[in-house]
Amino acid sequence: MYPENFRYTKEHEWVLVEGDTGTIGITDHAQEELGDIVYVDLPKIGAHVEQGKSLGSVESVKAVSDIYSPVSGEVTEVNQLLADAPEKLNQDPHGAAWLVKIRLSAPAEANLMTAADYQSYIGAEK
Amino acid sequence: MVDFGGWDMPVQYSGIIEEHNAVRRAVGVFDVSHMGEIEIRGREAAALADFVTTNNVAKLKMGQAHYSGLLYEHGGFVDDILVHKVAEDHFFLCVNASNQDKDFEHIRAHNRFDAEVENAGARYAQLAIQGPRAQATLQKLTPVDLGAIRYYWFTDGEVAGIPARIAHTGYTGEAGFEIYVPPGEAERIWRLVLEAGAEFGIKPCGLGARNTLRLEAKMALYGHEIDASISPFEADLGWIVKLDKGEFVGRDALVRQKESGVTRKLVGFEMRGRGIGRDGYEVYLGGAPAGWVTSGSPSPTLGKNIGLCYLPIEHALAGKAIQIMIRNQPVDAVTVETPFYKRAK
Repeated sequence: MYPENFRYTKEHEWVLVEGDTGTIGITDHAQEELGDIVYVDLPKIGAHVEQGKSLGSVESVKAVSDIYSPVSGEVTEVNQLLADAPEKLNQDPHGAAWLVKIRLSAPAEANLMTAADYQSYIGAEK
Repeated sequence: MVDFGGWDMPVQYSGIIEEHNAVRRAVGVFDVSHMGEIEIRGREAAALADFVTTNNVAKLKMGQAHYSGLLYEHGGFVDDILVHKVAEDHFFLCVNASNQDKDFEHIRAHNRFDAEVENAGARYAQLAIQGPRAQATLQKLTPVDLGAIRYYWFTDGEVAGIPARIAHTGYTGEAGFEIYVPPGEAERIWRLVLEAGAEFGIKPCGLGARNTLRLEAKMALYGHEIDASISPFEADLGWIVKLDKGEFVGRDALVRQKESGVTRKLVGFEMRGRGIGRDGYEVYLGGAPAGWVTSGSPSPTLGKNIGLCYLPIEHALAGKAIQIMIRNQPVDAVTVETPFYKRAK
């Protein structure tokens, strides 16, 4: 369920680091807690995001929630799929429904929870 | 699960939209055991019920229910409630969970009648079976002829062999039933209802779908459309106020308000721009703050983003261009006629 090569935050985002690029998304646990997602607001290409700061927001039928960036850097790609089909975030949060790609400014930041850590974290949260 | 007035309740089971659509198209079941019940009994039970509520209790026949308001002297809502006439000397009130104790104390404080008030929430669990196939579902579990219970009437009978109060009422804008059963039997009856409705595609429904359904039908939610600072006239609930029925708590304030006119009123809106105007967001008219959103959500039935807001009375009509401040951005919306959804009869 939770890919081993991702790293996870307590706010339920994930990051996949490949070279100096970080791909960011929200976790399956997050999409399940949010419920039916109707809007995804993301930054523009070239925007700077900072670890722990709001990167955008996800709005479900019941509420709007901030997405906190797991890492700092410059946005290099934004997933266009989500503008037209926000519900993909409910269906494939660890795959096709990634949010943004970032050129990492501080790669060491990505030393976050492992899949096992995260699973025990959400297990304890319930 | 979320904490809802001290009750752990699911916001959703399979998903708000799926649950919502099940109720509009077939049938859904809600565990609404958190709702409170208050019983008024005694020789002057009717007089007390009439004195503490806005609607005309004298008009109720045995086995009939109506929607009503419980008001403070100043005309604001203590709660919105359903009043059921069980017998000439017995009235059964269904009240909001988080207001139950407050309602009970309020009614008791105004009890200068030969009547007894009982805070009876612990004696009842409540299930709501709602949707076009609600009757076919529940009929499998009861010998009571459900088709004979008219809208806003109820009967005391049996469900699954257990004594139950069966009311043709609901909070979804669909036909359906709300049943009151002993708490110890609720789980068994819940399972039986799900089995009975399986052939129609019944879904267990949570608080999320309950909210989107009631919003489409423009039914008020305490703490949102109404509270202690809001009067029935402001909330567009003048129809539950019977000023000519005689004295009742809050009447003097309402008479004054009727003479002077209200300054704000609840009105529906649809988003035109991208976004959802949610509870508490500010509403702007011509660039200036003018009101606030009380409830807002995507409407699964209409495929639009809808909501309710308070606006100055002179602007509280359909067709007004407004802006809703969504995370510091004004987003266009327009006021519309309500209810947003009305079922075909």
